[in-house]
Amino acid sequence: MSEPGQPSRTSSPVHSRASSRGFSRLRLYGHAVAIQLASQLEYRSSFWLMLLGQVLTSFGALLGVWFMMERFHSVAGFTQADVLLCFASVLMAFSLAETFFRGFDQFPALLADGRFDRMLLRPAPLILQVLTGTIEFTRFGRLVQGFIVFCWALPRVAVVWTPGHVAVLALMLLMNTFVFACLFVLYAGICFFTIEGLEFMNIFTDGGREFGAYPYAIYGKRVLQILTCLVPLALVQYYPLLWLTGRSTSILHALAPLGALFFILPTALVWRLGLRRYRSTGS
Amino acid sequence: MIEVRGLSKEYHVRRRGSGAAAVWRSFFSRSHDVIQALDDVSFRIADGEMVGYIGPNGAGKSSTIKILSGILWPDSGSCLIDGRVPWLERREHVRQIGVVFGQRSQLWWDVPVGDSFVLIRELYQVPAADFHRRLDELSELLDLGELLRTPARQLSLGQRMRCELAAALLHGPRILFLDEPTIGLDATAKLAVRHFIRELNREHGTTVILTTHDMQDIEALTGRILLIGRGRILLDGSLSELKQASAGHGNLDELVARLYQRYELA
Repeated sequence: MSEPGQPSRTSSPVHSRASSRGFSRLRLYGHAVAIQLASQLEYRSSFWLMLLGQVLTSFGALLGVWFMMERFHSVAGFTQADVLLCFASVLMAFSLAETFFRGFDQFPALLADGRFDRMLLRPAPLILQVLTGTIEFTRFGRLVQGFIVFCWALPRVAVVWTPGHVAVLALMLLMNTFVFACLFVLYAGICFFTIEGLEFMNIFTDGGREFGAYPYAIYGKRVLQILTCLVPLALVQYYPLLWLTGRSTSILHALAPLGALFFILPTALVWRLGLRRYRSTGS
Repeated sequence: MIEVRGLSKEYHVRRRGSGAAAVWRSFFSRSHDVIQALDDVSFRIADGEMVGYIGPNGAGKSSTIKILSGILWPDSGSCLIDGRVPWLERREHVRQIGVVFGQRSQLWWDVPVGDSFVLIRELYQVPAADFHRRLDELSELLDLGELLRTPARQLSLGQRMRCELAAALLHGPRILFLDEPTIGLDATAKLAVRHFIRELNREHGTTVILTTHDMQDIEALTGRILLIGRGRILLDGSLSELKQASAGHGNLDELVARLYQRYELA
């Protein structure tokens, strides 16, 4: 507790240095992950059932893709293995983003029961606090399933794996996770205005996952345009896939996932405007 | 030092009547009711003071607390706390304040209290030595002991409130806001909480701002009372001045009820 006459004793010399601040945030996040994992494992049977449930629901989607490809062999020139690689990478990216960012899915509840006010009462970055508040490990179920399909598809696609191919694939996964994470934050930012959750956002989150099982180009030119310019889901899926599978040699297609970085701009803007509104209306 | 001058805040509340026609109408044109939550509120609180902030429900107490703690922007007026404007320098400001809501927990529900404290330490980046010194002191004063290993959901209300107090003080704030800290507590727990707050104020000179409906809290803790009603400060004085203003006999609850009547708050 503070002694009178020593006003600034709470501010440690640590938080004035940027690098150690980054480190301590990472440590905070690591701690929160560990503690929440422990607490979720406390309800052991519930944990495993939820995990299993997550695997089963997306298993249905896998079967759908599998039988479709068994019947038609190729869509828009993509083979079964190509499509399954696409399916697996989108699923993995989605479940990673979901595990760590789906806390934003509960954002209307955070606003309603005052938990968000509590976060405003603390000096740590708000996004980080929302992240640490709600981590859903059961969502790993999908990640595991995605990984298995990924491993099945990798040797079956007609790709000669060079370091460049591996790098583009990794970039694709990483940036796809990033786009999904942005979508979750965007959803939360909109909640500041509407208070209730907006179901239409699920077209891009859950929808992005479901439709992302196939290369987005098969849904037509208009959809591809929207997913290129507006919500850059195609930048992290269709275009790099073209390059990976040898359908294009353009470096632009290979590096398209980097373009998705710009999606941070509208996301941050909506979040900031929303936060400002919240703090001036009090609801 | 807390210096509040001319603070005002309006809320716009959407209104519509009941029935299908009203729903249909409100879909196209929304009518707002304007609620004046705070109307030209001014006061000054010195370091180390303990102030009771009272008033009927909806009088503007929580709006004031929200503005003073930096969450909410006022429409007009100024507020300086230790030289900072809370809502402009929120992140620096909140390092200096602790807030306890009697009705809401700040602890992680399924997690042992001690683990929650570790997370709080990291949210505020409290240096390890300071953290352990404060935790030892708070554990002793609040008799936390075994509670630190208990998940928050298994605590009784009284035990939880002791943990909440500790959680709000781990970063060593100079100002403590308490929003109905004794609500729902049994007699023993109430006494323990009051005793702790008094000790905290005496030992560390922490400024305490207490909102409550429990007049015994006020009697036991605060030398000074701010009475707010319909967004305005109606009375700023000592307990005896409050008794004078209500001009009557009976226990404190009756005095306050009479005051509310006089100011047409009830």
